[in-house]
Amino acid sequence: MSARTEPLGTLSELRAALDAGAVTSVQLAERALARGAELDARFRALLFPRRERALEEAAAADVRRARGEARSVLDGVPLAIKDCIVQAGEPATAASRILSGYVSPFDASAVARLRAAGAVIVARTNMDEFAMGSSTAHSCYGPARNPWDPERSPGGSSGGSAAAVAAGIVPLALGSDTGGSVRQPAALCGITGMKPTYGRVSRYGLIAFASSLEGIGTFGRSAADCAALLDAIAGHDPADSTSLPEPPPRASASLTGDVSGLRIGIPRDVLALPGASPAVVERVLAAADVLARAGAKLVDVELPHMRYGIAAYYLIATAEASSNLARFDGVRYGLRAHAPGGVTEMIEATRSEGFGAEVKRRVLLGTYVLSAGYYDAYYRKAQRVRTLLRRDFERAFAACELIAMPTSPEVAFRFDAKADALSEYLADVFTVPANLAGVPAISLPCGVARPEGGGSELPVGLQLLGRPLEDAAVLRAADAFQRLTEHHLRRPAP
Amino acid sequence: MSFEVVIGLEVHCQLRTRSKLFSSAPVRFGGAPNTSVVPLDIALPGTLPVLNGAAVELAIRAALATHCTIHERSIFARKNYFYPDLPKGYQISQYEQPLATGGYVELAASEGAARRIRLTRIHMEEDAGKSVHDGSASDTLIDLNRAGIPLIEIVSEPDLRSAAEAAEYLRKLREIVRAVGASDADMEKGQFRCDANVSLRRAGATTLGTRTEIKNLNSFRFVEAAIEREVQRQAELLESGGAIVQATLGYDAERDRLGVMRVKENADDYRYFPDPDLIPVVISAARIEAIRAALPELADARARRFAAQYALAPRDAALIAADRALSAWFEAAAKQPAQPKSVANWLLRDVLAALRERDAEIEHVKLAPESFAALVKLAEDGAITAKNARALLAELLWTGGDPASAIAERGLAAVSDAGALGAVADEVIAANAKAVASFRAGDEKSLNFLMGQVMRRTQGKADPAAVREILSRKLGGDEGVTP
Repeated sequence: MSARTEPLGTLSELRAALDAGAVTSVQLAERALARGAELDARFRALLFPRRERALEEAAAADVRRARGEARSVLDGVPLAIKDCIVQAGEPATAASRILSGYVSPFDASAVARLRAAGAVIVARTNMDEFAMGSSTAHSCYGPARNPWDPERSPGGSSGGSAAAVAAGIVPLALGSDTGGSVRQPAALCGITGMKPTYGRVSRYGLIAFASSLEGIGTFGRSAADCAALLDAIAGHDPADSTSLPEPPPRASASLTGDVSGLRIGIPRDVLALPGASPAVVERVLAAADVLARAGAKLVDVELPHMRYGIAAYYLIATAEASSNLARFDGVRYGLRAHAPGGVTEMIEATRSEGFGAEVKRRVLLGTYVLSAGYYDAYYRKAQRVRTLLRRDFERAFAACELIAMPTSPEVAFRFDAKADALSEYLADVFTVPANLAGVPAISLPCGVARPEGGGSELPVGLQLLGRPLEDAAVLRAADAFQRLTEHHLRRPAP
Repeated sequence: MSFEVVIGLEVHCQLRTRSKLFSSAPVRFGGAPNTSVVPLDIALPGTLPVLNGAAVELAIRAALATHCTIHERSIFARKNYFYPDLPKGYQISQYEQPLATGGYVELAASEGAARRIRLTRIHMEEDAGKSVHDGSASDTLIDLNRAGIPLIEIVSEPDLRSAAEAAEYLRKLREIVRAVGASDADMEKGQFRCDANVSLRRAGATTLGTRTEIKNLNSFRFVEAAIEREVQRQAELLESGGAIVQATLGYDAERDRLGVMRVKENADDYRYFPDPDLIPVVISAARIEAIRAALPELADARARRFAAQYALAPRDAALIAADRALSAWFEAAAKQPAQPKSVANWLLRDVLAALRERDAEIEHVKLAPESFAALVKLAEDGAITAKNARALLAELLWTGGDPASAIAERGLAAVSDAGALGAVADEVIAANAKAVASFRAGDEKSLNFLMGQVMRRTQGKADPAAVREILSRKLGGDEGVTP
């Protein structure tokens, strides 16, 4: 049941074809939507395709380009955004029943910037409900699937965005990363995914899960594509108090391919953590050697508090989530369940029917974490761990510019392998530290490995973490690696 | 059994800003439901709060005016609870690190030193929306116009000792926040309202008794009446050997009754935690000083100045200084030739009584303060009797006009001329032989009767002191009485 429509190329390929007049924006949008529809039953990557409006916008982009008035490198390029990033006039459900029927009256700031740049948003993407999950199995629309093997998870929570890019439906997509939700699916789907410094991209219009940890991130098939997308959406936004005042990174302009003298920290203690697959660690170290041969210097660093990262992360994230999700009460918008009794019964019934099991689990955990008598033992202690972890990074980054480690401890897993919540949580061990510390991090393909239980080879992700605000340095190293290797060119069977 | 009453107040005061605390929606009163709202106020998914700097400035003014310590760094926290008119499911407030702590409000004492009511803290927070029950339907309607309006909560220590003192404290606090422009504090619009924590303890006890909290009192009268009721209820209960149950009460002003809203089994658990959508509020010492320097003169300082500058009794000075508009009116009058002390006396006695009678404010008075001073001066000089001057004042206050011409027009000029008064006195003595006789027999009261007769025959224009002197002289003096 393969798709009739050919996969779309990378941003640079599409840009070249558009500028040469070999293809129109309307044709690209048509192809993206057609391929999305053809692969829907297999991957369930896209939600709410906006065919009519996307084609109108693409036609307008074609007119602009013909007049030589293209607004940016993204003008007329189709892309998709995660269902938790709102767009005016479009549904925004965060893959939750509780937001069924909800249409946002306003654009997220990142979406407004994309539209101003001329990008054509063709659809929304599937995700774990409210971004809670690492598998995209927790979606009210059914799971998204991995283009390399539909029996396996594309990762999560931005699994739909990653699958859409990996399957060649769109060249670029936006996701959100709260504890690895961009990087881990990028790793499992064999593409590039970037989580910028906390506050780099405005959170205005991102449906909140854990506000202090999350941000909007970018997916592409190369670091250069991620950089172009980041340049379009990064920068201070007065509508988000936590948005950084510093000027945006201008990442695309800094992709020199040069890594000479770059110091890359290898955290040996982290690589020895239980659960990391030896094959994955081996690929990551081999990738570091590639950069070393190109002039980078590998140095040993330690991140002693990283082993407490998962525990701290799940206390802070669930605490914030329990409060962020309180607004979904059936009073003003979204699902309202009918229950006998008064307003309290209505709110209870709405939340019981509207939230899925994983969301309920986390709301309950978070409510407990913040309760009187437990606050100090859990929430406050988790914040202390966060501070210690930040200091770990400060110390490590005194000796290096980047830190390399795996993105995911293993390659894409079968859906039935993560039946219990804890094993799904533990899979975030390498990604949550960047969120706790607010530092930029990228995941890029660095080879393939066979899953532990056997089967065909699947992509392995290399994670590079940078100093705060050094988004461009992270992208520069990732781009340099991709100039030296061909791992990112490997594609799943069409 | 004798009890001491212990009261602490939590006052919610609306800051006078154009837009809400975290959104651009305008602050309006009385608009159609849900018209002063933007996506944030409905808590639409993806919205984020951005702090209104003007609200912080006004909160600082109120905190400085109540002698609080402003913290250079304060934190907004989320107070989590479900309620249909609380759109986000949490209220953004301040908890562990409030804007200001440790001030006081001074109450004028009738005797002895002024009393200081200590403030625990002042913090910023947003208001909730409003549930509307429109009787006809079984549905509850929600109006979010008020949701997100900036408030400060001013929390007092349990320093108040009576319902009357609580009301006095509230009046003083309201005057202060109005004086510094932090709030209009219009109670009818809900801009200034309070919760009262009330407990009793045996006289001399040092620990606090179990308290109850009366919610949402929105007038001085209700505050006083509700606390009186609750004190009475608690006293009766304790005297009959009962125990107070910690509870939240509502006051039904129409029936002057308290109803239990809910009984608190345990402390409420609002699961406060720092709001991750907002950064700490950082206020530099320089900014605090700049705001302090720009504050207008406050009532306490004004009272001290009035006492010194116009030689007023401290209590009188405080009474006038408490009201900014009244103070301005007084100062305009006190610049005139009349004695400032007399001006103050007339103001406190006659003008305030007239205002109370009409339930009016000084702004409603038509008489110019200069004319008021002129009338006081005329009375001081004996050009009009005090009684007539008071009657004339009561009239001119609401019509305005020049007192001298009013006196002339109405023939109210005092008669103190000895010749004219002597003739009237002779007539009275001749016509009231019985009273004259009893006076001569030692009944001093008869002199008052005779004086009254003289006043009547002169239509009250006679100078009473002059009349007394003439009558005394004619009845008991060397001259004797002409038969």
